Amino acid sequence: MFDFGQVIDFLPQLGKGLYYTLLISIVGLLIGFILGAIFGLGRISKNKFFFIIASIYVEVIRGTPVLVQAIWLYFALPIILQFQMASITAGIVVIAINSGAYIAEIVRGSVDSINKGQMEAGRSLGLNKHQTMRYIIWPQAFKRMIPPLGNQFIISIKDTSLLSVILVPELMFQGRYIASNHFNAVEIYTTVALFYLVINFSLSLLLRYIERRLNY
Amino acid sequence: MITVQDLHKSFGDNEVLKGINCEVEEKEVVCVIGPSGSGKSTFLRCLNLLEDITSGNVIVDGYNLKDKTTDINMIRTEVGMVFQQFNLFPHKTVIENVMLAPRKVRKISVQEARERGEALLKKVGLAEKADQYPAQLSGGQQQRVAIARALAMEPKLMLFDEPTSALDPELVGEVLEVMKQLAKEGMTMVVVTHEMGFAREVADRVMFMDEGIIMEEDTPEIIFTNPASERTKNFLNKVL
Ligand SMILES: Nc1ncnc2c1ncn2[C@@H]1O[C@H](COP(=O)(O)OP(=O)(O)O)[C@@H](O)[C@H]1O
Ligand SMILES: [Mg+2]
Repeated sequence: MFDFGQVIDFLPQLGKGLYYTLLISIVGLLIGFILGAIFGLGRISKNKFFFIIASIYVEVIRGTPVLVQAIWLYFALPIILQFQMASITAGIVVIAINSGAYIAEIVRGSVDSINKGQMEAGRSLGLNKHQTMRYIIWPQAFKRMIPPLGNQFIISIKDTSLLSVILVPELMFQGRYIASNHFNAVEIYTTVALFYLVINFSLSLLLRYIERRLNY
Repeated sequence: MITVQDLHKSFGDNEVLKGINCEVEEKEVVCVIGPSGSGKSTFLRCLNLLEDITSGNVIVDGYNLKDKTTDINMIRTEVGMVFQQFNLFPHKTVIENVMLAPRKVRKISVQEARERGEALLKKVGLAEKADQYPAQLSGGQQQRVAIARALAMEPKLMLFDEPTSALDPELVGEVLEVMKQLAKEGMTMVVVTHEMGFAREVADRVMFMDEGIIMEEDTPEIIFTNPASERTKNFLNKVL
């Protein structure tokens, strides 16, 4: 009835999709992490301006669906700017900006969760604020960030499948293309699902390993 | 070593310190006693600017802390502080806790920081714990590490905020012993404490704080046997 053997014929095309899924996830999340660190610090900053900018960013992104963000960026923004981004670039930007907002909250929450006695102990020893953050607060906050960051990475990787609507040639896009031309939805979508599962499960294992290595 | 002139400190409209005046001489050991909420911690924390000063002057080692030109990080290297909750760095081993500030602030070599750290751990009786993490130590041991960590900066002055209040009773003695030793060596110390035995034995002077002012200060003999103020008497009756 189902012929999973034929999937082999489509592996090169699915592989190409996988390549873009990974590319967009990795580059998008790297940029997202940097955005998250910057705006996360904004959310705990005493500087009013920086705090407000960071808060607006976080609230706007958290308050709108990633699918709407992608479509807006790819189909609406070009009309305003008179400039069309390549779909892969747009995909990276969506993942970066979207994950950045959630990561900012993760960063804020983790730094906030470090007992304020730690900052006081550092400062009372003559370390300046920057040194105390770097040597005392960040290392502890970073460890607490790993589980929620892992969660966010997995969510963002799955979000890349929505980028097929803005024509990013990622895994889901390729799957839909194949399935609609060859009427093998069961075989292809099952395979696609397995691909996502393998990526995310590997990531889970890696994060668990890192977390254990950081144990003290 | 310390001069405090008409120090006021408010949190919002809650005035916690209402005009503190005092002096602490070099090599003097001053114990601060008083009921909970009277502002003892706040007073101590004003001495190294963990709390900013609302008004008045605090002069430490010749530097006025209110002065914008005073380098507060430099002052803090001269003023060690020991907290009720120890506040050791949990992600660092004992020796790393002790070595961090001398390395990063005093910029001494790893070699020198390690030697200094090991000597201090030996002094507080914890040489063999150097490579353990704080969580593996008892409260008393953690507090002794915290003292070693503060001493590693070679401060001229040590502040203690109820250093034994978070400890199980059987662990209090080992910490007080280290502090006594320090006092004997001539360290200038300001100690907020509920350990009246310690105050009596070690302090050169005892200050009784109540409702944001120093109600009375005198030698331990006088404070504990013949205090001038009714308030002091009442407080001591309750705690002794
Ligand atoms: N950071 C703070 N913000 C607001 N109020 C504070 C703060 N720290 C202390 N207080 C208030 O100041 C008063 C004195 O506190 P504290 O100095 O800790 O007293 P003590 O150490 O003598 O118990 C208390 O009423 C406390 O609620
Ligand atoms: Mg207190």
